[in-house]
Amino acid sequence: MSAVRIENKDNGIVHLVLDAPGQSANTMNAEYREAMAACVDQLGELKAKNELSGIVIRSEKKTFFAGGDLNELIQVTPAHAEEFYHGANAVKQDLRDIETLGVPVVAAINGSALGGGWEIALACHHRISLDDESIQVGLPEVQLGLLPGGGGVIRMVRLLGIETSLQYLLEGKKIRPSKAKQLGLIHDLAKDKDEMIAKAEAWIAENPNAKQPWDQKGFRLPGGAVTNPKVAQRIAVAPSFTKKKTAGCYPAADAIISVAVEGAQIDFDYAQQVETRYFTELATGKVAKNMINAYWFQLNSINAGSSRPKDIPKYTTKKVGVIGAGMMGAGIAFVTAKAGIDVVLKDVSIDAANKGKDYSAKILEKKVKRGFMSETERDEFLGHILATDNDADFEGCDLIIEAVFEDKGLKAKVTQAANVSASPEAVIASNTSTLPISGLAEAIEDSDRFIGLHFFSPVDKMPLVEIIKGKKTNDETLAKAFDYALQIKKTPIVVNDSRGFYTTRVFSTYTQEAIAMVGEGVHPVRIENEAKNAGFPVSPLAVSDEVSLTLMQHIRDQTIADFTAEGIAFEVPASFDVVDKMSNDFDRKGKAAGAGFYEYSNNAQGKPQKKIWPGLLEHFYDADKQIDVKDVRDRLLYIQAIEAIKAMEEGVIDSVADANIGSVFGIGFAPWSGGALQFVNYCGLNEFVARAEELAAAYGERFLPPQLVKDKAAKGEEFVADLSE
Amino acid sequence: MNNSAYIFDAIRTPRGKGKKGGALYTVKPITLVANLLNELKERNNLDTSQVEDIVLGCVTPVGDQGGDIAKIAALVADWDEVTAGVQTNRFCASGLDAINIAAAKVIAGFEDLVVAGGVESMSRIPMASDGGAMAMDPQTNSDIEFIPQGVSADLLATIEGFSREDVDAFALASQEKAANAWEKGYFSKSIVPVKDQNGIVLLEKDELVRDTSMEALGNLGAAFQMMGDMAFDATAMRKYSDVETINHVHSGGNSSGIVDGSALVLIGSKEKGEELGLKPRGRIVTSALTSVDPTIMLTGPAPATVKALKKAGLSIEDIDLFEVNEAFASVVMRFQKELNIPAEKINVNGGAIAMGHPLGATGAMIMGTCLDELERRGLRYGLCTLCVAGGMGIATIIERV
Repeated sequence: MSAVRIENKDNGIVHLVLDAPGQSANTMNAEYREAMAACVDQLGELKAKNELSGIVIRSEKKTFFAGGDLNELIQVTPAHAEEFYHGANAVKQDLRDIETLGVPVVAAINGSALGGGWEIALACHHRISLDDESIQVGLPEVQLGLLPGGGGVIRMVRLLGIETSLQYLLEGKKIRPSKAKQLGLIHDLAKDKDEMIAKAEAWIAENPNAKQPWDQKGFRLPGGAVTNPKVAQRIAVAPSFTKKKTAGCYPAADAIISVAVEGAQIDFDYAQQVETRYFTELATGKVAKNMINAYWFQLNSINAGSSRPKDIPKYTTKKVGVIGAGMMGAGIAFVTAKAGIDVVLKDVSIDAANKGKDYSAKILEKKVKRGFMSETERDEFLGHILATDNDADFEGCDLIIEAVFEDKGLKAKVTQAANVSASPEAVIASNTSTLPISGLAEAIEDSDRFIGLHFFSPVDKMPLVEIIKGKKTNDETLAKAFDYALQIKKTPIVVNDSRGFYTTRVFSTYTQEAIAMVGEGVHPVRIENEAKNAGFPVSPLAVSDEVSLTLMQHIRDQTIADFTAEGIAFEVPASFDVVDKMSNDFDRKGKAAGAGFYEYSNNAQGKPQKKIWPGLLEHFYDADKQIDVKDVRDRLLYIQAIEAIKAMEEGVIDSVADANIGSVFGIGFAPWSGGALQFVNYCGLNEFVARAEELAAAYGERFLPPQLVKDKAAKGEEFVADLSE
Repeated sequence: MNNSAYIFDAIRTPRGKGKKGGALYTVKPITLVANLLNELKERNNLDTSQVEDIVLGCVTPVGDQGGDIAKIAALVADWDEVTAGVQTNRFCASGLDAINIAAAKVIAGFEDLVVAGGVESMSRIPMASDGGAMAMDPQTNSDIEFIPQGVSADLLATIEGFSREDVDAFALASQEKAANAWEKGYFSKSIVPVKDQNGIVLLEKDELVRDTSMEALGNLGAAFQMMGDMAFDATAMRKYSDVETINHVHSGGNSSGIVDGSALVLIGSKEKGEELGLKPRGRIVTSALTSVDPTIMLTGPAPATVKALKKAGLSIEDIDLFEVNEAFASVVMRFQKELNIPAEKINVNGGAIAMGHPLGATGAMIMGTCLDELERRGLRYGLCTLCVAGGMGIATIIERV
């Protein structure tokens, strides 16, 4: 068995069959490279003997070809750069040899062709796909910090032109066959495999002299050459345009633009070398490592259940009761119904409950209007949601999610009421972001069925659910909650019960650090802009306004009360001087109140806009207290990384993967870093410790590195995820 | 090596609107230069075999302006075949840089008589049509955080707090000063009308100078708003992170005009002047180059000026007249503010906002304007300075003799 094999047909046509032994999908691993090289030699011999009239490349797997081998890619370092460069060039040379062998080559795309798979298809003169909209083609490499290094950039640019190809390359957009046909990326569609092969062989017979457009005389770049003034204008703005989104934190985007533009100016074969150079730089670089680790290996292991109890059978939740039809409850109802699960959405009045259901109706209405959904589908979707004011409707629910105000007494009351009607084995969950779960669990007698399910707002957009185990929560409850999260297509992380759990706790250090800087006199605009420069999708003062300063005060007061009750001293962060002044003295309580760190208004077109409140400059800014922009960025990054390490040290979170993914998916920790703990690896543990100590000396002891990171640094370890399932 | 470099003459064409329909649109750049070379030869009764080199600034040296236009223009003007020529490019400072190169050669004793100057036909060869890595190579563009100069000018105005009214008021003053200078004939010494091969006059006055008002200026759109909104503001603010929004104050009315034109300056040693009967009008005291952050790009003139003054052993008060290229109003306003210079000393006869900025020629044009005005007023020191792409700044000090 070989990853690529040749099947001779009696008509002189050869099938090049992609069929990696022992794997569910084809990848560009060592076996592929070896097998492909051998096949290319064989094809050359056949051609020399005049025994070859054409080639059909097809797959024996469910998908056509999956792409690069990330297990190999994750291991290459700058020390391997030269070897890697030559290896990558060899892969694309094989494809180039087939492309220029002098016989027509057709790709028969039976399933998704992404990354390297699409690159193989691009090297063919003619591409036929099954007419099946579940198939995706495209080059998503950028999403893992890479670029398509198998000739994908070079060929896409020559097929679509610089500007159009960049739209696909920079976002890693996946394309359905019908759209790909419109774009000219796929030439023909077939209703089944037999028709596809017949069409492929017919095309070969009709096009014995097939050549790629770029190998034909007089080839001109679609959309215009680099020297075309209109194209030139787009090129000049392209890096800025991209960095407006990436803040310069994602080298892959820059590299893709460079390959596209540089590659368009030189001969094909040399352009491929340029592509390999940039590919090598990215693949051996640190940001791709961060992203592959987090968004491939760690995310996959989470979704495969690495934090789920092993021995409990998979459970499918059938009916979910949601208590409270406010923003969170309505969102939970939406995502649950979307997964085809029946939802009982309860509030104190039927009007309030209906309002919560309307939230779903409005989202669906938009989809219907835009033609993404039929009216029947909409009705079926909404049919899953029962709006009610009656606890008795919770009958038969195997999961209850309480989403009322953050008030322990109220939560206990509604939970008890729901528990009466729900199935006796039902999981009872609270969507709280702050209240300890073990305390809430006391609301029901068998509190081993109780668990925290912390959703993030807006529920339908945010991909994470933080599952909080109470002291008594049993494994079965955890497993069911975990399976439910996967059912509604969320990524679950599992944490232990503690103040602020994991995400809220880490997130509050982000906002409080920024507010502390305001108090020190740092320019508030600098804080916001440098947060973006550090790669945070939302800036800290803006998000503080969203959270509201009154909520910050409320949590602070609650914490003080709890600590006092336990007889522990609690040191209120200095940032609260600013919070109190803003909220109490200046009556700027946050966005909902219409005034916070920002001023809120509507622009001339009636669109909402915000501007930093000038009072911040008047009351806090001090021109002599400006700190280096790198310090602003590092303070925001380090304070959260340190808090994440502390959470691990204290046993609040056990899984490195959960800590990383939770920080990015839940609270917007800089995605380029691969997460709050991967960021520490990225810095290097010794360097992290040294820098943290530097920040502690300059800005306060909260930056002192926790013992855990110092120990790991001393032992030469990193924060490595356990990827076993 | 104790030579001094003297200016014997400085001439220029009037500036034509740099677009289709502009008065010089039908005139090839080589013709602009060749005509001036002829004029220079005639009015100085110049034995061209004594001119060792022609150094010409040109910022977009492609097409009609490509291929070392300096040497080829000398051939067209029928100068002696021994005269060499070189085209040079320091972006907007090219014309002044050509003068500095010529002066340096004379001071060093390499050469005794050199023509310096510049040419740019912006109507025929559009700005940036020579490409260049700065904008056109994505890797370079990204590394240096490239933004167009207009956005840099708006960033500068935002940081300095210059309002739209402030920059428009500056522009209006430039127009008024230029109109006044034309009316009173202050440019007549150096202006050479452009004629066609039949002797028909195509242009004898700067075409762009116009009557305007604060109201008319205020009605012009913000020229760099769209570019800024598209993406370049974000790039500017990544680097200048105290800026929340960029106030796009510059318009076509308070930025330098796009024009065609050429200028030449005859530079040589005292001995060569005496030998050929050329009367020295000015002495080039010294010059300086520097560079600042390429994103804000336009703040080079002040540090270049400080550097040149230090080399010359002069103080800012010693300078009687400043010519600061009006690339954008905020450039001159910032320069004035930074060095605390009285407005009455700066651009007394207007500048590029009123008359235009033919990129490669401007430096040589403002040198001629400066010298003429020192003579007219009987003053001693003048300083010419320009902001330059890439963040560079250039300054040259002259002394009337």
